[in-house]
Amino acid sequence: MNKVVIIDDEPLARSLVVEYIQQHPSIEIVAECNDGFQGVKAIMQHKPDLIFLDIQMPKINGFEMLELLDSTPSVIFTTAFDEYAIKAFEANAIDYLLKPFSKERFDLAIQKWNEKKSTSSEKNIQSLLENTTKQPDEKNRIVVKNGSDIRIVPMADVMYIEAYDDYVKIFTKDTYYLKKKTMNYYEQVLDSSQFFRTHRSFIINLQELTKIEPLEKNTYVVLLKNGKKIPLSRTGYSKLKETLGV
Amino acid sequence: MYVGWWMVWACIQTWVLHHLELNWHAAIIDSLVSNGLLALACIAAIILYRYYQPGRSNRIYRLIFALSITILYSITFKWIITYLLGADEYYTDFLEKSMPIRSIISLLVLTFLTITNWLLYNIEEQKEKEQRRNDAEQLVKEAELARLRQQLQPHFLFNSLNSISALAGTKPNEARKMIQQLSDFLRGTLKKDEQQTVPLNEELEHLKLYLEIEKVRFGHRLQVEINIDKENLEAYLPPLLLQPIVENAIKFGLYDTVEDITISISSHLENGYLNIQIKNPFDSDTQQANEGTGFGLSSVQRRLFLLYARNDLMTTEKKNGQFITSLKIPQIKK
Repeated sequence: MNKVVIIDDEPLARSLVVEYIQQHPSIEIVAECNDGFQGVKAIMQHKPDLIFLDIQMPKINGFEMLELLDSTPSVIFTTAFDEYAIKAFEANAIDYLLKPFSKERFDLAIQKWNEKKSTSSEKNIQSLLENTTKQPDEKNRIVVKNGSDIRIVPMADVMYIEAYDDYVKIFTKDTYYLKKKTMNYYEQVLDSSQFFRTHRSFIINLQELTKIEPLEKNTYVVLLKNGKKIPLSRTGYSKLKETLGV
Repeated sequence: MYVGWWMVWACIQTWVLHHLELNWHAAIIDSLVSNGLLALACIAAIILYRYYQPGRSNRIYRLIFALSITILYSITFKWIITYLLGADEYYTDFLEKSMPIRSIISLLVLTFLTITNWLLYNIEEQKEKEQRRNDAEQLVKEAELARLRQQLQPHFLFNSLNSISALAGTKPNEARKMIQQLSDFLRGTLKKDEQQTVPLNEELEHLKLYLEIEKVRFGHRLQVEINIDKENLEAYLPPLLLQPIVENAIKFGLYDTVEDITISISSHLENGYLNIQIKNPFDSDTQQANEGTGFGLSSVQRRLFLLYARNDLMTTEKKNGQFITSLKIPQIKK
């Protein structure tokens, strides 16, 4: 028996998936979720083989929900319209269903999944998340998980980001959060007028910057408002001067 | 009137010539011939300028033209006057002496005519250019207004169709009803003419269609309170103005919280303005980074600017967890 979770904020959209699934006796629906928070809970609890995931949902969108999962099940996206995302879907998701979709199209997606499910989907989802054009909201916030607690951190609260093996540490005033992302990813996604990559391993919030200090000959550090010193590479130094217009 | 001026001028010249000790006979004939010819030259010049206007780079042509007409005038005048008064020796002598002055006067008159004509032509051309530019601007404005008005979120359309698809299997009657509502709504967005304003009750009817569809999509999560005075229903506003604002309110309200939300719409008339307020709840913790105006709102702002040339007719504020969009629509007496 294959376990499936359906995550969509519109009840009718879920009921359509339910109706279509009933024709597939080998699939059991273990949970229906209204939003990403319920989705994360249900996925951790039931460990489904497949999820149907809407993208535009309350609070956190489908992509942000996937980022919170430690291990990702196979995903079939159900979405109304997203011209940007579709390219990434084609390469990485099992399938995507454009609403409204027919029974035949749905069956085809299930068939694709049956063929692909032996191969690991984990990597595909990771690269999907890296490559998908960001929804506008995602530039303004980072969704993080702290134990079982899900937090939405506004970008303005982020002081700096530091590389940490396969993860990054996202520092706010009081604490830091771990996130499985790359520095390059954040350098691309974040608003370049607000965030600056000072070093291979550091991105700072320019609002927090108070001073650029020489350390030794030709090496510099930046000083943040809370007194923290962040290394500044030589290319970073000249770029930062350009950004600040000095 | 020109003929009158011409007669006056001819009389003055006759009198001046007589004063210069020409006899009346010679003075009258001289005056008539010279002024008659000059008038003809001017008419010829005017006719020519009507059919041919030298361009900016050919300005010198005008001068050449004035000069050649003057020469032609002088030769013709001398020939005719000699034919008529050649026997009068005193006159012939006078003619020889006055010929350069006559030529210069004629040149001055024609140059003056040329310059005046050129100035008038330029002014006319400027006016035409202005007119063309205004026309073009008007067209662009209308096109932009039409585009802003018809901005329909594809998300809304496709999600509604998906809901209909879901209903068709289990509740065909409700599916049919929703198709009807969606069709009425779409028809409403197509037929409206930008330049005309519509009464508030018509706009509200259209808005209710939209809200009915959204309620089917989001179920119990979406509640709407409409609080409009009866007397405001006759007030006028540009068509399809409220729907994008309500759409924005629903989007921010519903996607910013997982709870049920209530969107409220209210209005009042004051000092010749129709004031409309649309409120939706939002989460102040997570939305502080969000700068507020989505595409829907900026397009409403732009429309109001294009229609009323004012930027202060739409304002937004955040108060007590509510996002409030306020509109002021000037009521022009019909």
